[in-house]
Amino acid sequence: MPVLTDNAAGRVDTRPAPGETPPQRRAWWTSRRRDQLAGLLFVTPQLIGTALFVLLPLGLVVWYSLHEWNVLADTFDFVGTDNYRKLVDDPNLPSVLRSTAYFSVGLVVLNLGLALLLAVLLNQKLRGTVVFRTLFFSPVVVSLVAWTIVWGFLLQDNGGVNGVAGMVGADGPNWLRGEWTAMLSVIVVQVVKNVGLNMVLFLAALQGVPAELYEAATVEGASRWTQFRRITVPLISPTILLTSIITVAGALQVFAQIAVLTQGGPGTSTTVLVYYLYQQAFQFHQFGYGSTLSVLLFAIVLTLTVVQWRMRRRWVFHEQ
Amino acid sequence: MKNRLTAVVALTALLGLSGCGGGDSGGSDGPVSLRMTTWSANEAHLKLFNEIAAEYRATHPDVTAITFDPIPFESYTTTLTTQIAGGNPPDLAWVLENAAPDFVSSGALVPLDDTLKGTDGYNFDELTPAATKLWQRDGKLYGYPFSTSPFGIFVNTDLVKAAGAKSPAELIATGTWNWDNAIATASAVASKTGKAGLVVRDFDYKGWDNLSTVWTGWGAQAWSADGKTCGFNAPEMVEAMTFLHNAIFTAKALPGPGTAADFFAGEAGMTITQISRASLLEKQTFGWDLVPLPAGPKGGYSVIGQGGMGVLKKGKHADAAADFLAYLTNPTNSAKLAQFFPPPRTPLLTAETLAKTNPLLKPEQLQKVVIDGIANGVVKPSHSGQAELSQAVRAALDPLWKADANVEGVLDGVCSAINPLLGK
Repeated sequence: MPVLTDNAAGRVDTRPAPGETPPQRRAWWTSRRRDQLAGLLFVTPQLIGTALFVLLPLGLVVWYSLHEWNVLADTFDFVGTDNYRKLVDDPNLPSVLRSTAYFSVGLVVLNLGLALLLAVLLNQKLRGTVVFRTLFFSPVVVSLVAWTIVWGFLLQDNGGVNGVAGMVGADGPNWLRGEWTAMLSVIVVQVVKNVGLNMVLFLAALQGVPAELYEAATVEGASRWTQFRRITVPLISPTILLTSIITVAGALQVFAQIAVLTQGGPGTSTTVLVYYLYQQAFQFHQFGYGSTLSVLLFAIVLTLTVVQWRMRRRWVFHEQ
Repeated sequence: MKNRLTAVVALTALLGLSGCGGGDSGGSDGPVSLRMTTWSANEAHLKLFNEIAAEYRATHPDVTAITFDPIPFESYTTTLTTQIAGGNPPDLAWVLENAAPDFVSSGALVPLDDTLKGTDGYNFDELTPAATKLWQRDGKLYGYPFSTSPFGIFVNTDLVKAAGAKSPAELIATGTWNWDNAIATASAVASKTGKAGLVVRDFDYKGWDNLSTVWTGWGAQAWSADGKTCGFNAPEMVEAMTFLHNAIFTAKALPGPGTAADFFAGEAGMTITQISRASLLEKQTFGWDLVPLPAGPKGGYSVIGQGGMGVLKKGKHADAAADFLAYLTNPTNSAKLAQFFPPPRTPLLTAETLAKTNPLLKPEQLQKVVIDGIANGVVKPSHSGQAELSQAVRAALDPLWKADANVEGVLDGVCSAINPLLGK
């Protein structure tokens, strides 16, 4: 053993005692370092991608929001917080935020509700459930724009939806031209497109619920509804949290459906925040103000995500 | 370790950025590759452009490639602007008449006078002042109006005959080709054949500026000539829009909002559009005719749509691009382009000349619709900040497209919406 002596400077003397063999120097290239390097190499491409395509654009958007950028005139002038003042005074913003909230709430409630309902139904041991699962999931893999264009034709005044309504004697509205039916149409088109994804996630969560819990509850005389409320919902609550975060963030970023189906109309009834910022930046050439609206959108998505994440402790069940 | 990692990421990002930002060093030295954006993907148009480009390259070995990049019409200006913002501007671009004020006044385009006037045999003085007016600023020409195309009405004569209605040709012969009779014919087609009567092409209850092909007959205009006063609530416009509203919702002569009908697929009796669309009729089996716009209460009139070609100042090879534009639009090539796009050159604006390159159209159609139309026509509404104005008008005009609309009230609302923008 080396002699450990506290010297005057308070340092530990690690020199070998007389007659002892000095210890071998530890190799620098250890398996720990090798693993660290391997790990770094694995994550480096993702880090570079995130830096270049997420963090850098985010920073640039904030930078642009402090400028007035006229693309055609090739001018890029620092205006400080002018664009943020314009945001506060923008007379169109309240109606845009209302439309955004209307769309987001409608989409989230319909999507999650329908996805859960479908998942519960398709979790039953019945014939043909595989076919139905495929049927409901297949729109998820269809091109969004193609899907929306087809729905655009179906929702025309003389389109397929009203054709079917006419067969049962109903006179359907002009879906994409009515102020409230236009937004409803966009929501339904989006729900039908993506409900399969949440359905599959719920289905996976449902299949992870132990069957013996239901058996015990049945023995105790709990009704199906009580079992669903007291067993199913708590046990799949982590999945509910995940799907709600994804769906809320996705709802706030809806664009293609609005651009293809309604172009923000009639009036401004379907002009949601993303479409409005697209108009400002790319159609009206106000890239600075468009960037400011992007910052607002980022702040809204971030706030809602943080709020949902914080609230998880109150209602999300985590098995210890 | 954290610091080292941060340094590696930052360095890599910087290297990546420097790689992205550099791009083609450009300049006019060395091989030149030119790109021109268009809103036409029509094969015949592109074939002609490529033929002219190949001839140009034969005498200009420094130009290694000239490509034509079609962008969908609906998003054309937006995509072009995005390309410019993204540092990937084309060398040449078509510019729509409604975007002309913004492109010309902003200085985004290169002045063309010196290049065009300095090109041997260009005959710059042949360009009609009426056609070049929109593309000038401070006496300089910033865009070549390659297409000055009056709107006319294409007629599906088979459908009109099947409806037992009076054809536009018959009405013209009796001097009664006016809007009342045009709507009567369209209404008969709609009620008797189940097809649409009259389609104002590209309007679709969104592209409202195409309605200038109707309201000009009433002497109405979207805004005053100086662009400062709203014209939507003027008596002429109220009268014109009331007529149009009745034509849609009472006479059912136009397909209602949310109903699509393509004339060129045989789904409508008549359509208002420009003659460059005639190429879509080349393989059609139904009988068709082309006639001028009907007379309105203020008499006969014509409306013109324009397309200009410009050289982007931010393009990599502005000088070479301007030189190619001069070649593309010289008298010889203008005559070739005339088969699709009515040219601004006076000597080419004769029925005989245009008939040689427009085999689908008869000389009298070319005279009445094109030659007379260019001479008397007004250009579709254009204004600086047109995109924002256009959106404001579209949104405010939407309540008009309901059967029980209060036309006057809606048009007052349009002026309230756009007055702040006109005053900018």
